[in-house]
Amino acid sequence: MPPLTAPKSGDALFASVDRVNAELFTLTYGAIVRQLLTDLEEVEEVNKQLDQMGYNIGTRLVDEFLAKSNVSRCVDFKETADVIAKLGFKMFLGVTATVTNWDAEGTSCSFVLEDNPLVDFVELPDTCQGLQYCNVLSGVIRGALEMVSMKTEVTWVRDMLRGDDAYEMRVKLIKQVPEEYPYKDDD
Amino acid sequence: MVREVAESCVDGVVMEMVAAYCGRFYAAKPELAARRIEAIGFQVGHQLSERYTMERPRFSDHLEAIKFICKDFWSELFKKQIDNLKTNHRGTFVLQDNRFRWLTRVSLDPPAESTDATDNDSAPLGDTAAQTTSMLLYFPCGLIRGALTNLGISCSVSADMSNLPACSFVVRIKT
Repeated sequence: MPPLTAPKSGDALFASVDRVNAELFTLTYGAIVRQLLTDLEEVEEVNKQLDQMGYNIGTRLVDEFLAKSNVSRCVDFKETADVIAKLGFKMFLGVTATVTNWDAEGTSCSFVLEDNPLVDFVELPDTCQGLQYCNVLSGVIRGALEMVSMKTEVTWVRDMLRGDDAYEMRVKLIKQVPEEYPYKDDD
Repeated sequence: MVREVAESCVDGVVMEMVAAYCGRFYAAKPELAARRIEAIGFQVGHQLSERYTMERPRFSDHLEAIKFICKDFWSELFKKQIDNLKTNHRGTFVLQDNRFRWLTRVSLDPPAESTDATDNDSAPLGDTAAQTTSMLLYFPCGLIRGALTNLGISCSVSADMSNLPACSFVVRIKT
């Protein structure tokens, strides 16, 4: 594994941001999901909206992350994934994720979370089969990566709310959009 | 140790929730969007006040409960207390936060008009920024109403943001 280029550690990063009681976050998100289930009726539609909300949040959080973390350019997707797992998750949620299950091409991997503040006090009733409760998180990852020119697909593989032993999301790099420099017209 | 997350997480979900309700679901019906946003706040306030009062004796009167909201409840959520509490001693309380955290990043045009967040649903709102801001305030109004309801006090709560970033919440207790 290449050394992380970030001068700040995850702990230092988390200590440097304004923080709030996690209960407020967890209960607010829970109340939103509950209200969406009432208003939208279709579970699939709720999943889609949570993902969309996450995407929008991710496109903004990435700016805050880059501004505060002093992370310089990552050389490849692998390094990007490590930075997200060790620093990104830590800075915002106060937990770290593990990056694992790389495919041979180095274009898809899993983030595994054993501790997830989003689901404290949460239990899903049987009527919520098919609800991807944590879709906001996968949306955030997708949104944030798109802002740094990486188009990805993020899906949930394991979910403790459904009885699995951890949270695992699969991140697949679809394409890396090369950055366009403002070349002169006559180049 | 109390578990914490970055404040941006809360800001993010609240803003996106307001944007989803006002922009995607009920774009043409702001009063419906407002009611949903308030309902989400109510739910959160109700649960939080249950948790924060677990080890306390029952409040002896309305003023005690309101003081709890101004001090403990507000401190838990915003790391500061309400700056000023006024009452007419007939069931109306005005809670003013001189620098309401959720509004410190909102800017409006200088002649910002006074917008009453929950009382005048039909009042014409001057510009979209003012409208968005007032939509944002339905959430804390719901938080306060939910918290007080959990303490056995039924009331209505509205917000006045005529002096940004100061914000006043008006609690009217139903008798």
